[in-house]
Amino acid sequence: MAKLSAAYYTLLTRWHTLTGYKYFWPGFMIAGLGFCMAASTFEFLDLYLQLILIYVGINIILTVSLNLINGYMGEFSVGHAGFMAVGAYIASLLTVHVFPSGVQNLLFPLAILAGGIGAGLIGFLVAIPSFKTRGDYLAIVTLAFCMIVKSVLENIDAVGGPRGLLGMEKLTTLPWVFFWTVLSVWVIRNLVYSNFGRGILSIREDEIASDLMSVNTRQVKIIAFVVSSFFAGIAGGLFAHALQFINPRMFDILKSTDILIMVYLGGIASIAGSIIGAVIYTILLEILRPLGVWRMVLMPLMLVLLMIYRPQGIMGMRETRLFKPLRDLVTEKLWRKKKKEAANAAP
Amino acid sequence: MPLLEISGLTHRFAGLCAVSDFNFAIEPHELVGIIGPNGAGKTTVFNLITGVYCASEGGIKMEGRELVGLTPHAITKRGIARTFQNIRLFKELSVLDNVRVAHYGQISYTPVEALLHIGRFRAEERRITSQTLDLLSVFKLDDSAGEKAKNLPYGLQRRLEIARALATGPKLLLLDEPAAGMNPNEIIQLMEFIGWIRKTFSVTIILIEHQMRLVMGICERLAVLDFGATIAQGFPADIQNNPKVMEAYLGEEAVL
Repeated sequence: MAKLSAAYYTLLTRWHTLTGYKYFWPGFMIAGLGFCMAASTFEFLDLYLQLILIYVGINIILTVSLNLINGYMGEFSVGHAGFMAVGAYIASLLTVHVFPSGVQNLLFPLAILAGGIGAGLIGFLVAIPSFKTRGDYLAIVTLAFCMIVKSVLENIDAVGGPRGLLGMEKLTTLPWVFFWTVLSVWVIRNLVYSNFGRGILSIREDEIASDLMSVNTRQVKIIAFVVSSFFAGIAGGLFAHALQFINPRMFDILKSTDILIMVYLGGIASIAGSIIGAVIYTILLEILRPLGVWRMVLMPLMLVLLMIYRPQGIMGMRETRLFKPLRDLVTEKLWRKKKKEAANAAP
Repeated sequence: MPLLEISGLTHRFAGLCAVSDFNFAIEPHELVGIIGPNGAGKTTVFNLITGVYCASEGGIKMEGRELVGLTPHAITKRGIARTFQNIRLFKELSVLDNVRVAHYGQISYTPVEALLHIGRFRAEERRITSQTLDLLSVFKLDDSAGEKAKNLPYGLQRRLEIARALATGPKLLLLDEPAAGMNPNEIIQLMEFIGWIRKTFSVTIILIEHQMRLVMGICERLAVLDFGATIAQGFPADIQNNPKVMEAYLGEEAVL
């Protein structure tokens, strides 16, 4: 037993040295992209497995971005599916109607980006009521937003109305999903570990105090909502081109609930938690598929048990070292070293 | 020119007049106390100065510039920082982050630089972190930099709150009942501590307090509030002998 724990410890230190290495993230990106490309060209993962991995990636993007609002900022947004819908429709309209059919593969990232930017602009609008409204009341605002998006889409014939939109090519491939997932995780981690991110956290802790400590709370809220909805839009675009069919009903409150469950399963205010939550929830739903309808009994039951025995979620308020920036630790270390030297030099 | 000049400040909460016609001026490097019984409107004055409430009437001028109508963070940027009667730290954040947040008004990188960790971001973060650690070490808090603020003992939490306020780079520091929950011994330490802060950081200080011992000991001037009205202003010795003040406040206190 002791041997085992010693081995585990060595492994852990090795892992930490590896992840602390300067080129870890670029290396991880290249290796992951290489693997994904190989997997989709040589098909050593079957298509079903690839599809599940695509959904895992999309759900990670959705969960991490929602965690920015619900976990880090401590608000309760239930409108994430609405932002997703905006991204999905913009990206789909671009690839189906605007872009010439020959070069869609090349222009696909542009379509996704446009979807993200569109959703980000809408997120800016939703951030405005959040200046004055908090907690349950903001939840109602986001709920209303979600319903508005759905009914607007249902009533525009140009985008298919309630029938939905189809004709997208299957452009969402594993490498693309991997790329966007890593990008969104990286950007949101960067935000969280900047002074804007600390501003977001301080709003959760005590909004008035944070305003009095020179945090521009309005600016912080806008940043949080825009970044969060931008990535929801990206996920929506990827989702639309993975399923090749979207209709407004897909993006109702139930979809938001799905994302909320992943956030709270993984734990609030944790990037590692969001990833774990999204992976577990998505894969578990697939594993339990043979159970048919009972799956929808078992999953909620598990959630009830989780909330009773571990209300903070798997990683609530904690972060693995992998996502903490090395810079802080290094700066602190150097500072302590300097202080020690100064203390030694003084007498 | 006075650092802060308050003229005719009045604030009503739906009919209740919390502060009425409050006039007050403070010169740079002064240490002034605002005292008064419970519910006299002392904290409301602080909330009005810092922009938490918007004054119904009257003006507040900082170095000749009007503050009424500005948002709290804009006022903090002009150089006014405060602490709170009941400690309001960011409990789940580390001690280091509590103070680093307060640099928000001074950061020079844009959100885009923060999102991508490019440009000025790295140098600026390094600067903020080491400045914060310097400040924490002055307050002897650097050893618990990684600790969550809620896990600190009460006295250290008070100290951290002052450190956090100073991190915003204030010219004027507002201390709201810094001696709340302290015993006489700790109050004596606190008196020295406040004097030391004033000298080290060369700030002007306004102090709200209940503890007579503290205000009489360190304040150069006093303003006494009762039911929102200013009943006396002057030197501590004069205030102590003012019959109006005795009636409203010290009379009770002397018995206790």
